[in-house]
Amino acid sequence: MRLVVLIGLPALAGILTYVLPSARWRTVALLATAAAHLGIVGSLWYRPPAPALGGWIAADPLGLLVLTVVSVLFSVVATYTVGYLRIERPRGGRAFISCLLAFLAATSLVSVSHHLALLWVGMEATTLAVAPLVFHRHDRRSLEAVWKYLVLSSVGIALALFGVFLLATAQPVGVGRPLVLEDLVARARELDPAWLRAAFVFLLVGFGTKMGLAPLHTWKPDTYGEAPSLVGGLMAGALTSCAFLGVARVAQIAVAAGLFSFLQPLLFGFGGLSLVVAAAFIVGQNDAKRLLAYSSVEHMGLLVLGLALGGAGAYGTALHLVNNALAKGALFLAMGNIVLVTGTPVVRDEAHGMLRRSPVSGVLLLLGLLAVTGSPPFGMFVSEFTIIRAAVTEGHIWVASLMVALLAVIFIGIARVIVQLCFGAPQVDERVRESPWLVVGPCVLVGLVVSLGLYIPTPLHETLTSAAASLGGHGP
Amino acid sequence: MRSLEEILLFAVVATDFAVLGTSRLTAGIRATALQGIALGLLPIVLEPSRSAHVVGLAAGTIAVKAVALPWLLRRAIREAAVRREVEPRIGYMASMLLGAAALAGAFALARRLPLGERETALLVPIAFATVVIGLLVLVTRSKALTQVIGYLLLENGIYLFGLTQVDRVPFLVDVGVLLDVFAGVFIMGIVVFHINREFDSLSAANLSELRE
Repeated sequence: MRLVVLIGLPALAGILTYVLPSARWRTVALLATAAAHLGIVGSLWYRPPAPALGGWIAADPLGLLVLTVVSVLFSVVATYTVGYLRIERPRGGRAFISCLLAFLAATSLVSVSHHLALLWVGMEATTLAVAPLVFHRHDRRSLEAVWKYLVLSSVGIALALFGVFLLATAQPVGVGRPLVLEDLVARARELDPAWLRAAFVFLLVGFGTKMGLAPLHTWKPDTYGEAPSLVGGLMAGALTSCAFLGVARVAQIAVAAGLFSFLQPLLFGFGGLSLVVAAAFIVGQNDAKRLLAYSSVEHMGLLVLGLALGGAGAYGTALHLVNNALAKGALFLAMGNIVLVTGTPVVRDEAHGMLRRSPVSGVLLLLGLLAVTGSPPFGMFVSEFTIIRAAVTEGHIWVASLMVALLAVIFIGIARVIVQLCFGAPQVDERVRESPWLVVGPCVLVGLVVSLGLYIPTPLHETLTSAAASLGGHGP
Repeated sequence: MRSLEEILLFAVVATDFAVLGTSRLTAGIRATALQGIALGLLPIVLEPSRSAHVVGLAAGTIAVKAVALPWLLRRAIREAAVRREVEPRIGYMASMLLGAAALAGAFALARRLPLGERETALLVPIAFATVVIGLLVLVTRSKALTQVIGYLLLENGIYLFGLTQVDRVPFLVDVGVLLDVFAGVFIMGIVVFHINREFDSLSAANLSELRE
């Protein structure tokens, strides 16, 4: 029941906010929905929910993790939106909040779907909900960005649907309920391996496009560069996590069917290439938002690499998913504040000395830099270290050394831009008044990433361990 | 019934190649509309039971694929004032040959697949070939409208393959029709794009007139 509410509530609220007459009421509805969603998700941790709709929706450990990061990130973004809408007026005003709420409904649906076709429907709905948000300025650049995004992700989503059909074909008549995850995993050995392999390839390419794995990432820099920062944060934190969940679901089935040796080289290929491409394009990048997009490509690559390593790598991937969503959210929102001050994410003369012009956002940007590049004591250090150690213990020394080298390059590339933004003499030396709506949320996110680096609470550790077990791995 | 099924599947292949071989956008749109009709009739022919679900699927498919989307595409052509594809990255003759190779490859592949005799004979290879031809059009043509037509072929191929599962996973194929929502959004995107471009040039002209 609670699971149905998690999807239905934001969907209804999205429709309601479209007809609400005043902007004030629309923001109240946004905040109330985000708070209610967060509350229900919190209650799932205390009392695990029963599967609903004939087992089509349920919250297993992996899905619960994704659902929780989506909900936390969305709540933060909702508070940020209040401050953002006081400064910027995106075109199509009322539709903006409705689309945000529709996005929450769609991502919740993806997180709790245990029916592969339903998961696909949720994934398509996320694309449709996000497109108007990217296209907020109605100018040429954002139009081009949304066009690229729609073309690539629709082809991706079409190939994923083909993968779902192939998966249905792989399941012989009478072997469990059609396309229900539990039955597919439990009786994975009875699936036809040839069709299952084909299904895995198509679903990996399809959902990999939505994740933005290289070489399917080309929409990402344009879209993140043009979208409002809060939308970029939602996409880099929540949407990519959902897309990864799609890949992880098929991997779960394939691993249970004993096809690990088939999927490992594929995942290594996509993951390794993502790291290489990210490093190559981060070096010399002057547009900070495009930089964050390539950083997102890097982290998606790490998630896939952890999945490919198995063992403790799966635990590292689950933890990295949480860290990535929180850190990316913080960094995108901090960057959004900088853009609101300077009007551009590009490092130029007017964009220096942010520590003096808007000190809180400047500090947040520096902390976000450290968090997203995996420096201690931030959570990403722990998860990246877990993945690298898994690479060593599982006997893939070359993967470990490639990761270490590329992560170092990426650190230098990101640090160069962010340090230029933060330090130096500002052209206009006046302090900007920073609205609490715009800084409290990212502070909370940074705080969460730091605390995850210092201490992982027992319930979270248990959930991460069982999520890793469902992916064919184990705890650290 | 068997021969009717063959005729409809043949119509799908013919329209695939019509799209591959033409430079006129209206001809491409007409071909996809015809393909939509063939796809709509196929579930009725394949499922002798004619349950309400199958009839509904057929009616919905024809309404969306043969009526609504072609209408939107024609409107987009009018708004954007484009008639022809500019020189494609791979010539028409070469792309026809590639399409033929895809068809042959699909037949060879389908024979080795563990499926019933009925599906592998025609339905599955033609579905595979339509997917590949759709991707080919999508990748090699440069006009946005032709790319949409390629996307429609791609999703039609997926729909065809889904028909093999229609009696087992009932709502799966219906879900596929959701992909058409995307195609609709695309076409509207093109309309907006061109309106926007006209608007852009107008305002730019105004700006230069205001100078000394």
